[in-house]
Amino acid sequence: MMNWIIPLTDIQDKDRRRVGGKCFALAVMAKCGFTVPFTVCVTTDVYDLFVARTGLRERIALELNRKDFHDMRWEELWDASLRIRNMFLRKSIPTPIYAGLKRFLESTFNDRPVVVRSSAPGEDAPGTSFAGLHDSFVNVVGVDDILEHIRFVWASLWSDAALLYRRELGLDIATSSMAVVVQEIILGDQSGVAFTRNPSDRSQGVIESVHGLNQGLVDGSVEPDRWILDRATGAIISHAEVPRERWVVPAGTGVRLDTLPEEKAERAPLDNSDVAAVFTTALELEGAFGTPQDVEWTFRRGALHILQSRPITAISSDRGEDERGWYLSLRKSYDTLRALRTKIENELLPRMVKEAERLAARDVEALSDDVLAEEIARRLELYKRWHDIYWDDFIPFAHGIRLFGQVYNNVMRPEDPYEFVDLLGDTQMVSLRRNRILENMAQEVRNDTALRKALTDRTSFGVPRDFLDEIATFASQFGDSFHFMAREDNDTVPEGLTAILLELADHPREGNRTKGNDVTARRDAFLNRFEGEERVRAEELFDLARTSYRMRDDDNICLGNIEREVYGAVDEGRKRLHNRGGSNVEQLTPDEVPEVLRGREVIGRGKRDNDRSLEHIAVKVLQLVGQPAGPGLASGTARVIVTPADLTDLKYGEILICDAIDPNMTFVVPLAAGIVERRGGMLIHGAIIAREYGLACVTGVANATTHIKTGDRVTVDGYLGIVIIDRDVREGQEPS
Amino acid sequence: MIIQRFSGPKELVVSRRRYGGYMKSKKYIEKALRKLFETQYLAVLATQSGGHPYTNLVAFASTDDLKQLLFVTGQSTRKYANMKSDSRVAMLIDNRSNTASDVAEAMAATATGRTEDVLGDEREALTRLYLAKHPHLEEFATSPSTALIRLHVERYYVVNRFQNVTELHVA
Repeated sequence: MMNWIIPLTDIQDKDRRRVGGKCFALAVMAKCGFTVPFTVCVTTDVYDLFVARTGLRERIALELNRKDFHDMRWEELWDASLRIRNMFLRKSIPTPIYAGLKRFLESTFNDRPVVVRSSAPGEDAPGTSFAGLHDSFVNVVGVDDILEHIRFVWASLWSDAALLYRRELGLDIATSSMAVVVQEIILGDQSGVAFTRNPSDRSQGVIESVHGLNQGLVDGSVEPDRWILDRATGAIISHAEVPRERWVVPAGTGVRLDTLPEEKAERAPLDNSDVAAVFTTALELEGAFGTPQDVEWTFRRGALHILQSRPITAISSDRGEDERGWYLSLRKSYDTLRALRTKIENELLPRMVKEAERLAARDVEALSDDVLAEEIARRLELYKRWHDIYWDDFIPFAHGIRLFGQVYNNVMRPEDPYEFVDLLGDTQMVSLRRNRILENMAQEVRNDTALRKALTDRTSFGVPRDFLDEIATFASQFGDSFHFMAREDNDTVPEGLTAILLELADHPREGNRTKGNDVTARRDAFLNRFEGEERVRAEELFDLARTSYRMRDDDNICLGNIEREVYGAVDEGRKRLHNRGGSNVEQLTPDEVPEVLRGREVIGRGKRDNDRSLEHIAVKVLQLVGQPAGPGLASGTARVIVTPADLTDLKYGEILICDAIDPNMTFVVPLAAGIVERRGGMLIHGAIIAREYGLACVTGVANATTHIKTGDRVTVDGYLGIVIIDRDVREGQEPS
Repeated sequence: MIIQRFSGPKELVVSRRRYGGYMKSKKYIEKALRKLFETQYLAVLATQSGGHPYTNLVAFASTDDLKQLLFVTGQSTRKYANMKSDSRVAMLIDNRSNTASDVAEAMAATATGRTEDVLGDEREALTRLYLAKHPHLEEFATSPSTALIRLHVERYYVVNRFQNVTELHVA
């Protein structure tokens, strides 16, 4: 038992691996006489025992072996991480371990608030220091809560961020482990970080500081004052002041971002002598550890406490060649997300709508070739700008869903780690609204024999004016990047729409999935876990997540509308090149179209040689593994979507197989029995819409559209995330 | 029951000494089987379709009375379809280590009998038994698309020492 938990003062050199980098550094600091918080370490032995006893190690292996890491999108990593986290949450700590930990922690901390931090083995080695990959929790009170948070920290060994840096971390399913630091909380008056060496200038050091606790600085929600110092002399080179508006203070269990009182806002958190004291101590730490340090510290009643010290991190947050820094920045705090929401709702989305309208108003067919070429180039540039905004603001905003999911899973421990998605779904998603209108139109077709006959005969004779007007309204409201609304004039019913309406009319849905009451009950069950101020925050988070979820659609549709106008212009360019007698017009990239229109030649690219393989061996894929994205089991004929036209061929009961569903495609979803998508993740549109309609769905199936052919008999197992293609092993035989 | 000369499996060194190196009793072979089933995680399952054999690796567990072998499978798999059309199967469980010494030292048991889906009240208890051995298969075993299968063993054919073959009838 005593081996499981070690007080800081008992830690020796041989314990280095068992206590992890952060804890070992604390032990070294304590030994050297620095003031550090009272700390005990729950060693890696306890993690190892826990995962061995519960079978979790093998389950983690199963989860992470679904797909080659290189083929996983960041969202898929997040999903894998969420599922693993839920495994940790749902497995209780076996009684003997639990009892042992409880006894020790109770006698050590009783009801004093603590900080529970990760301390991963090996993270203190120079060059392998990564800040913020694993979780830490501030102001945890009571033994049960501490034990709970120890589990969260264990789970964060497999956080999405850690999975991104798996190679650098040497993350290994069989051997990786996690120690946990439990320490008294130091409620500092001013806090900050110190870099003994400025990453961008080796002759300088940097100190950043905020009023209150450090969390606001670390997660980016509070802007710090910043001092640049001369490493050699310790002299202050510059002090960058910022508007000091907020600070992080302890609240209930946890911390809260609050308005900074005026008298504090007026002055910098540190005076010059404080800055000097911090920097001197930081340099002493550099001396003790032998490499430049990234130090977290806090002042409490004038006394300087060192919270942690580690080699300067190797992570860059630039979105350059290595995009992982950017991915990490997606882990936004609640407050950052709230600000983002305002920006998206009030500024970006309205601007996108206007942009699409402006583009639609300009008739590209009327332009001369030269002007068209210019217009195409301008539109492509514009699209690129919106696409960047989409990456910079819209995708990060989706983190609101993740943040909520984490909190929901923490308190509810659902069997299905995606249960929270159902709570978010009952919003006015544009694509659902569109599908309801489609269903109403199908209802009219069902009831009106003459109309139905007209559609079946593909004639406009017998189609009431009202119905044609409805189609016009529908088209202007929802756009059509998949051309299923394309028609010759306003008096005909579009070909694609006709096909869909007839299918829908033949197969009325037996009501949408009635999850209304169930969802309300679950939402209440979730919110009722919180009281007072916590409840208000939970409701705010819930609201934010719902907005975040809804916008996963709206932003896509808005971007889709702009895209439609951009590619409309490109298509017009291609049409003219065709008319000029161009032969390889379809192979031109959009960027090349204006070049050729202006008369400049574009050199075609040669085709790459195919990989060699044995000709006498034919390969057929029988079963593919992806991610479970919509629970359910469905069998049917595959409809593989390669071109937009394939979409309107989809028949009732077929399985939709596609590369990536975008919201503009989902008008056919009510007809499908199941969905298989190449792109992975729970927040992708295909998964969201599948859950909305209660369809079996598997996402993240590599090469889905090439391995599966239209007409194949397929079974989608949305519980386990597998797709079975019913072909017999031996040629030509159906399975019995 | 026919009992041939039979020495204990390699991991039963202690027992072999105690039993004088030979399989002398029914009890001994049962014990050897139980030990084999405890130490091995995977079995080879043979099903057939249209007279053509088909084999799979399955994670298995056994009941203490050795009458039943349990495993789980997706309901959309070929082996499941095969068992639905013909419930007769064979299952091989062995302790080979993929070295030349296996020929002399490995023990293998083939179980034959009929399979059925475990349904109703029994499912929970037998799933618990199964998961006690394979806790990491919890998601798979409890998924609605997964079937828990039991093989009612009629015979075991136990092979060791390269050529020693023992047949056990299970009533």
